[in-house]
Amino acid sequence: MSSITNFRVVSTALLAGVSALTMSACAPKTPKSLPPVPAPTVSPATPAPAPELPAGPVPGSQADFLAAINGRDTIHFAFDKYNVDAESVEILKGQAAWLAKYPAKKITLEGHADERGTRDYNLALGERRASAAKAYLVSLGIDAARITTVSYGKDKPADPASTEEAWAKNRRAVTVTID
Amino acid sequence: MTMRNLALTLALALSAGPALAAPPAPAKPTPVPTPQATATDTPEVLTGTVTDDSAWQSLGIYIPAFATNIDTPTAASAGSTTQLGRAIADVITGDLKNNGLFKPVGPAALPAVPIIQITTPDFPSWNARGAEMLVHGSVQVASNGNLLVGCYLYDVSLKQQLVKANWEMTPADWRRAAHKCADTVYSRLSGESPFFDSRIAYIAETGPKEHRMKRLAIMDSDGANHRFLTTGQAMALTPRFSPDYKKIAYLSYLNGRPRIYVYDVESATQRLVAETGNTTFAPRWSPDGKWILYSMATAGNTNIYRVSAQGGAVQKLTDTPGINIGGSYSPDGHKIVFESDRGGSQQIYVMNADGSDQHRISFFGGRAGTPEWSPRGDQIAFTHIAGNLSVGVMNIDGSAMRHLTDSWQDEAPTWAPNGRIIQFFRTEKNTGKSSIWQVDLTGRNERRLPTPVDGSDPSWGPVRE
Repeated sequence: MSSITNFRVVSTALLAGVSALTMSACAPKTPKSLPPVPAPTVSPATPAPAPELPAGPVPGSQADFLAAINGRDTIHFAFDKYNVDAESVEILKGQAAWLAKYPAKKITLEGHADERGTRDYNLALGERRASAAKAYLVSLGIDAARITTVSYGKDKPADPASTEEAWAKNRRAVTVTID
Repeated sequence: MTMRNLALTLALALSAGPALAAPPAPAKPTPVPTPQATATDTPEVLTGTVTDDSAWQSLGIYIPAFATNIDTPTAASAGSTTQLGRAIADVITGDLKNNGLFKPVGPAALPAVPIIQITTPDFPSWNARGAEMLVHGSVQVASNGNLLVGCYLYDVSLKQQLVKANWEMTPADWRRAAHKCADTVYSRLSGESPFFDSRIAYIAETGPKEHRMKRLAIMDSDGANHRFLTTGQAMALTPRFSPDYKKIAYLSYLNGRPRIYVYDVESATQRLVAETGNTTFAPRWSPDGKWILYSMATAGNTNIYRVSAQGGAVQKLTDTPGINIGGSYSPDGHKIVFESDRGGSQQIYVMNADGSDQHRISFFGGRAGTPEWSPRGDQIAFTHIAGNLSVGVMNIDGSAMRHLTDSWQDEAPTWAPNGRIIQFFRTEKNTGKSSIWQVDLTGRNERRLPTPVDGSDPSWGPVRE
């Protein structure tokens, strides 16, 4: 079990690196904005930034979301399947708890497929996975209006390798908060 | 070799197999042999075997530079009429050679031809060189600045003109005259419909696999006149040329929302295929260009819809839980082949164009997707997923399935306008590098189409008017 946990952490780290690269090449609203840039959250109008702010992410931010859920923003699926399994349930419960705490926050669920299928079908499959995750969050009391879904099919793998291990990582739905 | 024998040999070599070689009979589901077909000869072909192609492949077609009466400057990129004469013969040679159809001898290896010989060839000297077929042509500039291109095909041993044709083209379109001539030669020798003067829309890919840039691009059937149409800021996928080549329906992630847009090639503007809050994808045109099929995801389920190419009311064609996607019209527009996983796995189904009578046709194991109806009406090409992805063809009732390719991932077939060649894209394991390939219906003449960068999702349009 511990090896799986480690695996998830690694996978998240990979995702973070990947999406940072992706940002430049993608649509302006490219969803996943990891890693959190130490952004100038203090607006210029604010006179004096409190120097003694405790270190840590801004409450309600994507960084805060990731910290609260221990980086577990991704659930995985079996080949050609879209059902939310027991492990995913735990992850989604963690996400739902954070979402309950910040009722104004919206999220996007990004659905993906591994590369062993046709492009069209995998777009539909990614959509189905994102929708399954959304349905579960809604069943936990999260307002459906706060959740949008988007599918990238097989076109944005987290791991580029053509191996069983990579495919397992790539069959996923990733939760990203929207600012 | 007599012409009759030659034509038969070509028909044998080019024929798909069991469902043979009748010209398309648009109003009927099954092709019917027409009276002028060599009906007495065809039963041998119906055995479904694919004959050896060496006889017709080695047919000696000689294509010297096209002649001109006076070397004249033109506005064409290839230069003056003399230079164009050489360039046009080169393009014809490339067309006939690159598709694995013939082994022509091009202008580089042949003497120049005086204009007088265009209509009265020097048969003895061509015969002495080993020519069996001879292509001659001429290039002139009309008073309006357009190009006048003549094209003649001769049987050297018979000392006979087989066909002649001529076209007026704008200088910018000079390559089209060459493609038209290649089409004329190909059609006369094979008995098949033309296909060279056609265009391809596809996705140009660059960059590493995890964040690849995917741009909409177009090119001629031989890869010339290449243009990128989108910048790559928004990922573009699955383009389809409208039958008149004026528009391209494609999937764009503009503003992070994947939806189908209809892109106008001339004005470089685009509009949404349908105003909907949902994801739309997998666009397809009807053969008459009046309708667009698209697939839309709603709460995880995907169904196929039909909308007028002008926009307006939408008709839902499938309505089952799961994934129904894609769709390719039969040439007569009466039926649609599509894919669905309603039976538990991705398989191929056929329905009437109004959505009625939906039934599965693929029953050969594995999964099957991206069906495309042949422009001849007699075959359906598709992606067969059984571990690897390969391009297959089958009869329209799902029988006589066979693979045309054998690689790690070959997918998304699109037909040449004459239904004799299939284009698809091939993805490399691990690197994810993609390239566009062609294969004929024997499965043996396979070649990579040159593109400036990697390519995927090819969409081959009809022969231009």
